[in-house]
Amino acid sequence: MSDSKPPLDPNLKALESEAIHIFREVAAEFERPVMLYSVGKDSSVLLHLARKAFFPGKIPFPLLHIDTGWKFSEMIAFRDRVVAQFDLDLRAHTNPRGKLENVTPFTHGSSVYTDIMKTQALREALDAGQYDAAFGGARRDEEASRAKERIYSFRTPDHRWDPRNQRPELWSVYNGMIGNGESVRAFPLSNWTEVDIWRYIQAETIPIVPLYFAAPRPVVERDGMLVLAADPRLPLQPDETIRREMVRFRTLGCFPLTGAIRSQATTLDDIIGELETATVSERQGRAIDRDQAGSMEKKKREGYF
Amino acid sequence: MTANAQAVSQTGSVADPAGHKARPLRLITCGSVDDGKSTLIGRLLWDTKAVKEDHADVLRRDHRGQQNDLGLPDFALLLDGLQAEREQGITIDVAYRYFSTDRRSFIVADTPGHEQYTRNMATGASTADLAVLLVDARVGLLEQTRRHATIACLMGIRQFVLAVNKIDLIDYDQTRFDEISATFRQFALSLGVTDVTPIPLSALLGENVVTPARKSMPWYGGPTLVNVLELATQRTAQTVGFRLPVQRVCRPDEGFRGYQGTVAGGSVKPGDSVVILPAGTVANVKQIVTFDLVRNAAVAGDAITLVLDRPVDVARGDMIASIDAAPATGRHFDARLVALSQDGINAGKHYWLKSSSRRQRVRVEPLTSLDLGSAQWKEADALPLNAIGTVRLSFDETAIFDPYETNRDTGAFILIDPDSNNTVAGGMVSARSTDIDGLEYGQDRDHVVIALPGDLADRLIASEAFAEMRDRADIRRVGAKQAATLLRSID
Repeated sequence: MSDSKPPLDPNLKALESEAIHIFREVAAEFERPVMLYSVGKDSSVLLHLARKAFFPGKIPFPLLHIDTGWKFSEMIAFRDRVVAQFDLDLRAHTNPRGKLENVTPFTHGSSVYTDIMKTQALREALDAGQYDAAFGGARRDEEASRAKERIYSFRTPDHRWDPRNQRPELWSVYNGMIGNGESVRAFPLSNWTEVDIWRYIQAETIPIVPLYFAAPRPVVERDGMLVLAADPRLPLQPDETIRREMVRFRTLGCFPLTGAIRSQATTLDDIIGELETATVSERQGRAIDRDQAGSMEKKKREGYF
Repeated sequence: MTANAQAVSQTGSVADPAGHKARPLRLITCGSVDDGKSTLIGRLLWDTKAVKEDHADVLRRDHRGQQNDLGLPDFALLLDGLQAEREQGITIDVAYRYFSTDRRSFIVADTPGHEQYTRNMATGASTADLAVLLVDARVGLLEQTRRHATIACLMGIRQFVLAVNKIDLIDYDQTRFDEISATFRQFALSLGVTDVTPIPLSALLGENVVTPARKSMPWYGGPTLVNVLELATQRTAQTVGFRLPVQRVCRPDEGFRGYQGTVAGGSVKPGDSVVILPAGTVANVKQIVTFDLVRNAAVAGDAITLVLDRPVDVARGDMIASIDAAPATGRHFDARLVALSQDGINAGKHYWLKSSSRRQRVRVEPLTSLDLGSAQWKEADALPLNAIGTVRLSFDETAIFDPYETNRDTGAFILIDPDSNNTVAGGMVSARSTDIDGLEYGQDRDHVVIALPGDLADRLIASEAFAEMRDRADIRRVGAKQAATLLRSID
């Protein structure tokens, strides 16, 4: 790190310090923590903060990537680069049943697919690792049910969230006491907004997947969503044609379920500028959130992040 | 901060029109049910453009016909994120909202108005810099309003906005507004709060929330709600003594041993003398390590790694503090509690107490309970759910606290029920119990009061013999003159 880097502004510094505090507290209080790493921009920030929190030591827990098999190929390439560069202990998990039965977003619909390949896969991986705490990059400004989430979010032995019966969380004193089989999801980025994430990525020069920057890319328009047509597994409908458009992604998930936006933003400055005037939320491009109001709460109750 | 902003703009970063650079102001909104709290927050988010179109679309789609006459969505539905809340039409749990203006960004703790959810209000108040108290202009102050103001005040909030809402429904009656304001000011004074800004507003019509309403209220020349929020002050713990509650010890190799934690008060620089509590060992700061660079100072709020100049025994839960302004240590403290659990807080029961990174067993003895109707503290031997009371804490091992009044981080704690693992109370230390700890251990033993030069005392305190009996000694640092006066009074 160079000494000439300008200091963080007070807002980012306060957010950074809070996140580091949470990382250290969880690492000290729990026996087997793990960090969910989804390769997206929030995960990139989370990873950077984890490295800072334990410096000069190494991150004292493994990273877990739930790989549905349908991620953008650029995400997987980026993940492997980051793991090598920072010498990380990353464990990838794919639901074996989904692989065996060939569960895809095209054949099973987005909600069955998400349940099997994301929610169930996550629960399997957490059980297998006997993790008692799992860090996630969720932010309260993302979605209405997430606005209600605690920083230490308690889960029953079968990973359920009971939003009506959450522990009160006062000051920055976190209650990490749990019984056998119970666990906590910890959210160091709870108080960050989307703009904070981008401003921090800029200030700290954090590497991110290139798909966040606008470039001419092959896309098809489907159900009002711009789907990236770079993967040969994407079945085209008879009336669909692939066009090249200047697009980027505001969030990254599974490529068939994540819509691109038309954008000219090729730099971080452009992206931040675009956000200042954005009139739709970042999860607007996510098909899985749109099934019905409250669908995120339902998924969260079942164990989704 | 100005220098900072300049440095950033010189390196070619984008301008920051949305006020994202200052630390956000944290506020809590409270008031009784139906005072229009959700409408007010919805209005704040809407007028500062924090509501995105797709969110508004979901509302419109799910609740056709429930839009109000102004073509705006039902704000309450925007905020009540849980299905159960939407079904019952009430807010159950505290939620956090984020919005910003050109001058500042804000975090709002949106808390329920129902009495059975008072515990969530206390949760929201624990981190807030300012409280917005809502009253319905037609109804005036309710017991619940007083209750919320009292809790906010107990939790350390000293800035209040009295939002007199639905002013349009009483024809913008200035007399009524003045009456309500005067009543509240008087009540606030009884709590010791003087910083009160009353604002007549209509959350529904958006009057005096973000936009001034000179036309309908020519008699009101004061600020809008957002004006007040933009200018409010933030609490800091930078003026008190240095505190570092140790979260973990970092030992990547034999050559490095650092103590990691977030500075909970004051500031520190290399060379400073510190005391490690509860042991009482003394050391000097050698280095402040962060990921980016070795720093020459750290202040309250900074997450750091501290390296000391000598090998000393420091573990998680210990506190590293400035030697000349250390916190109180002892086995008995007086505190105020808000009971957060259905089972209440019961005399003689053992709980876990967590404060900063320190967790220890404690016995709690309720002394009084606050009757919110009469504002009287009444004797009590148990505290039911939502009760506010004073208690005495007794520890098996030395505890370390500052009074909450002087340091929110090192004076606050939670109680955890060892049977359920639930958080059952939030507490604020008022003082160490008045009797000197040592007296309780052996009433027949002599106690000696000595006045010493500070540096000699430090050497004594650093000795092993002293460390062993540290919690039986009571140390106060005073000037030589005051020491002389005190000793004279003993003679």
